[in-house]
Amino acid sequence: MEWLPLIDKSVLILIIFLISLGIAAYSTYAERKVAAFLQDRIGPNRAGPFGLLQPIADGVKMFMKEEIIPSAADKFLFMLGPCIFMMTALMTSAVIPWGKPLDIGGYQMNLQVADINIGVLYIVATASVGVYGIMLGGWASNNKFSLLGAVRASSQMISYELAMGLSIIGVLLISNSLSLSDIVKGQEGFHWNIIYQPLGFLIFLICAFAECNRAPFDLAECETELVGGYHTEYSSMKLGMFLFAEYVNMFISSALIVCLFFGGYNFPGIDNLDLPQNIASIISVVIFFAKTFFFIFFFMWIRWTIPRFRYDQLMKLGWQILLPLSIFNVVATAAWLTFVK
Amino acid sequence: MKLTNRSVVVSKKELTWSEKLYLPAITQGLGITISHFFKKKATVQYPEVEKPRTEIWRGRHVLKRDEEGRENCTACGLCAVACPAEAITMEAAERMKGEEHLYREEKYAATYEINMLRCIFCGLCEEACPKDAIYLTDRLVSPEYDRQDFIYGKNKLVEKIDDRIDIVPRKK
Amino acid sequence: MAQYIFYALSIVTILSALYVVFAKSPMYSVIAMIVCFFSIAGHYVLLNAQFLAIVHIIVYAGAIMVLFLFVVMLLNLNQEPDKSHGKLLRVAAAISGGMLFLVLLLSLNTSETGTFILPEKSDIGMVEHVGKKLFNEYVLPFEISSVLLLSAIIGSVVLAKKES
Repeated sequence: MEWLPLIDKSVLILIIFLISLGIAAYSTYAERKVAAFLQDRIGPNRAGPFGLLQPIADGVKMFMKEEIIPSAADKFLFMLGPCIFMMTALMTSAVIPWGKPLDIGGYQMNLQVADINIGVLYIVATASVGVYGIMLGGWASNNKFSLLGAVRASSQMISYELAMGLSIIGVLLISNSLSLSDIVKGQEGFHWNIIYQPLGFLIFLICAFAECNRAPFDLAECETELVGGYHTEYSSMKLGMFLFAEYVNMFISSALIVCLFFGGYNFPGIDNLDLPQNIASIISVVIFFAKTFFFIFFFMWIRWTIPRFRYDQLMKLGWQILLPLSIFNVVATAAWLTFVK
Repeated sequence: MKLTNRSVVVSKKELTWSEKLYLPAITQGLGITISHFFKKKATVQYPEVEKPRTEIWRGRHVLKRDEEGRENCTACGLCAVACPAEAITMEAAERMKGEEHLYREEKYAATYEINMLRCIFCGLCEEACPKDAIYLTDRLVSPEYDRQDFIYGKNKLVEKIDDRIDIVPRKK
Repeated sequence: MAQYIFYALSIVTILSALYVVFAKSPMYSVIAMIVCFFSIAGHYVLLNAQFLAIVHIIVYAGAIMVLFLFVVMLLNLNQEPDKSHGKLLRVAAAISGGMLFLVLLLSLNTSETGTFILPEKSDIGMVEHVGKKLFNEYVLPFEISSVLLLSAIIGSVVLAKKES
């Protein structure tokens, strides 16, 4: 067995793991800052310069809080819920190509943990498994608000998964592959999929909001109606896990949107510069993260602009509008590819 | 009946096709929120920066001394009667021989307590006082951890001899 | 290496499948079933059929079991099981179950046994091959089953609309 790939992958997994967690932690800070700025406030600025140590303070606070498990709760499932949610959130990052391969002493280090030929399906699968974390957590709490939140979350996620899956098909038809690295490679220069798939992008974006349980689709937790929804009974780091996983999800969704529709690590004109491989690779990673950060910001921007949907509106949007639209998108793309191109 | 000329008649007309898409409205909303991103922030960094208060701000109370440093208060109880929140209690005592340099009148307040959690800072005590003894200052009541600490006794209320509080603006 | 993974997966599959039957709480049954589906997906991956594995997870673990969980969550099946079944019914159940078990045993007896060999690098389970097979050789059964599913969807919509 070759040891080099094993070490290479382990290092990459560790780095991506740490980066995901770091970005999730600083997303909480960014969320508060963005929220403040959009509301003419300043936001956290006491912990460290510009409040940059705020996530650490929050983390310490979360750890120090009392751990409460309701006496009527199913203890095992109560613990399992946040674990599954966090795990599935982190698992998705395995198939995302973060940049062009690095050249370390002749060895090509691929900046993608697993280049499997069904990358897109893998993401859909992990997203669909992520519901279990919310459902088990909500059910095991033995609380009506939690249960309602869990039911809402699961039905919402199932409904929007369909439209999400169908909206990706247009991209797959254009790039002729299910592998994310191939999809990104196919968008070289300025052949970004957003140009060919504006409708698909819109549907995917809306569904990504719904899958992440972010506003305006945060019916699963909606503080105003369900006192926190599925994590009503959670405290301490278990609650932290749920909140954290939400931000990891947001980061991964943004990365995915960039991969599928915004050319991943590609940037027009960057290939003409004729840079050495390693520098080009680093620049590609920077470009990728810049695009991803924009979408993380966009997630927050939307959250502080649009009010929450009513439940029937949510279902109507998912089933009666997005699903037919995404089917139309598939048919239209297929027709365009066969007859025009 | 039209009560104000600012009233708007709400129309419930059908949305047009482009309105039903909601996308223009959403982009408009996003534009509004992002414009606030760059606006001047309204936050005042409190402990470092304080919002300017007027000269006649009604803050925490002070029991005044006269020019010779004697307490003005004679424990007449009018402030306690005037207080709508019933925040003031006091106990009177007679001035002994040799205490003339401490108290201006023959009677003085042995204890004088204001519960700052009850007080509504209306200033009626100040108006009721016939002896120019109690005034509201422009200072704030400091935060405490304990409710008991909000009951201010004479040690906190009577102004220090070497640290007089200027209440001239309030007298106007 | 692959052999050990195969054995580990098989043990997990069998144990979780047994737990589905023996678990007292239906909630745990559902979870054991999800574990079972995942280990079966692992078997697919061992056979180099990644497409099947992931579709298996999406469809069964991701959609069908969520609905199961949904129903179990809302029905609150944690109460004591109903013991009103007659003796006759229980005897009948035992007999029919035993018969099924016997049939399975016999079929196991006649089937070929051997050790697990890792299949040659075949692309039979990959997306391209599955797609080509489905839309060339098996296009008729594929279309018929899709029509069947469509009719099922329409039927359920009609049933749901009727009540309101």
